[in-house]
Amino acid sequence: MLNRLTISELTSRLAKRETSARDAAQACLDQIRRVDGNIKAFLSYDAEDALAQADAADRALASGNSPTRQPLLGVPVALKDVLAVKNQPLGCGSKILAKFISPYDATVVEKLKAAGAIVFGRLNMDEFAMGSSTENSAYFTTRNPWDPSRIPGGSSGGSAAAVAADECIATLGSDTGGSIRQPAALCGCVGMKPTYGRVSRYGLVAFASSLDQIGPFTKDVRDTATMLGVISGRDPRDSTSVPEAVPDYTAALDGNIKGLKLGLPREYFIGGLDKEVTAAVNAAVKQLEKLGAEIVEISLPHTDYAVAVYYIIATAEASANLARFDGIRYGLRVDGADPGELYGRTRGAGFGAEVKRRIILGTYVLSSGYYDAYYLRAQKVRTLIRQDFLKAFEKVDLIVTPTTPTAAFKAGEKSDDPMQMYLSDIFTISCNLAGICGISLPCGFTSSPKLPIGLQLLGKPFGEQTLLKAAHAYEQATPWHKERAPL
Amino acid sequence: MADFDVKYVAHLARLDLTAEEELKFGAQLGQVLGYIEKLKEVKVDQVEPTAHAVPLVNVTRTDEVRPSISNEDALRNAPARSNGLFVVPRIVE
Repeated sequence: MLNRLTISELTSRLAKRETSARDAAQACLDQIRRVDGNIKAFLSYDAEDALAQADAADRALASGNSPTRQPLLGVPVALKDVLAVKNQPLGCGSKILAKFISPYDATVVEKLKAAGAIVFGRLNMDEFAMGSSTENSAYFTTRNPWDPSRIPGGSSGGSAAAVAADECIATLGSDTGGSIRQPAALCGCVGMKPTYGRVSRYGLVAFASSLDQIGPFTKDVRDTATMLGVISGRDPRDSTSVPEAVPDYTAALDGNIKGLKLGLPREYFIGGLDKEVTAAVNAAVKQLEKLGAEIVEISLPHTDYAVAVYYIIATAEASANLARFDGIRYGLRVDGADPGELYGRTRGAGFGAEVKRRIILGTYVLSSGYYDAYYLRAQKVRTLIRQDFLKAFEKVDLIVTPTTPTAAFKAGEKSDDPMQMYLSDIFTISCNLAGICGISLPCGFTSSPKLPIGLQLLGKPFGEQTLLKAAHAYEQATPWHKERAPL
Repeated sequence: MADFDVKYVAHLARLDLTAEEELKFGAQLGQVLGYIEKLKEVKVDQVEPTAHAVPLVNVTRTDEVRPSISNEDALRNAPARSNGLFVVPRIVE
């Protein structure tokens, strides 16, 4: 059952030559064949290519390469269908890119390959990362490994489900308003959104450029630290990546959180929060206190405006970013008598309902006569939201919240009500607007049915070390991350 | 918000909608715009807008020729191509 191992467990066995990368890759492929007919995390994968990469990793191991030099040597890692891998399909879960083949590698993919990872598979997602359930994928809905009648969360639902179902060791996703943390919470794995600028976005198909960030999904916090260390760093090809040194994130995991100040924002513990989620998060706070952390009540007064700000800024940026899908240079083309007709028909046929809704909303809030009232105002309220966090971080080291207001909901439950779907991201959105970092990790289960509950920790800009330290200390003191989905 | 015209905005975005979509999106986005109205409660007179949260300004690079993807790679995903170029509908008579 090599597919069930963490990165640290697998690399340790590989280093001791107790197993081979080929066996690890084969175990993942076998698990995909066994369970993915139900889970549907993968849009596609190339088994032969994965095994060829595994053989190359085995040769490297045989010639003496070690995990200290290549921290992911021989580790199968799958990717959300929004990241470019040279000569592989890149579809963003959309019909408009159904036949697109990437001409280059994303920076994170180059880094994964340099670290020795076996990079394979295209993971399902909401079309262009717009959604919270994978129901907006143009292909199919991914299922929650804990209960296949429920959604895995989104937009990186395939990335979360694949880790929770042990179909690979770790995955990458992208997070614009919670698209890593929310599915990680609902599937019971660890998911992190790094600080804006920590990870290069080169080769990530843009949704909302001032909010998007790539991050890992893993089975425990140590693996997240390892993955983050591999993918972080300044990249000349992304001018928003920041030249901040990349520390050894695993070195911070010493379990010592004595005296760490954790803020509980009172605005996050009010109406609409499920009882079992409240109980699990309160118990987690007690556990953190027991480990020596100091709990401080704080206020983030503009919390109530975050969803509104987000759906103006994210859709405005999306409407501009998605203008490139015009049927001229790549992707679907539906012919017309003139370019205008061709654009309209191509986009009308190629985009799904949620993408169309967001393009229309984004176009509207940027249009002449409405820009000041909507877009500019939203940017100003964004300033206030960011200031709320920076002020709070003068008093506390981290902020603790639930990741989601409820556990995983049923497929179909919210798919016809965009507003309800948007509100399911209420606790994750502010982190992107403020440009800070956040992590979700398991903190318990609902009783019947048994569904994972996520704890969210939010940290200062470039405060990933403290974030990981606290998450790791909590994880090691609790049993939740050891539970596996019943497959 | 009262003058939100889905058909007009979709045209600005070069996005063809069916009659059914116009009706449905009009109602759904009306609801979203109603929700967004709550931002009018916030006092923002003295507040500077935030375009992004990166602690960087004016990132530039040296202006020099560097390798990029080949013509063949750039055209690989083109819906229509000829002689190393993209083919588009006639735009001048």
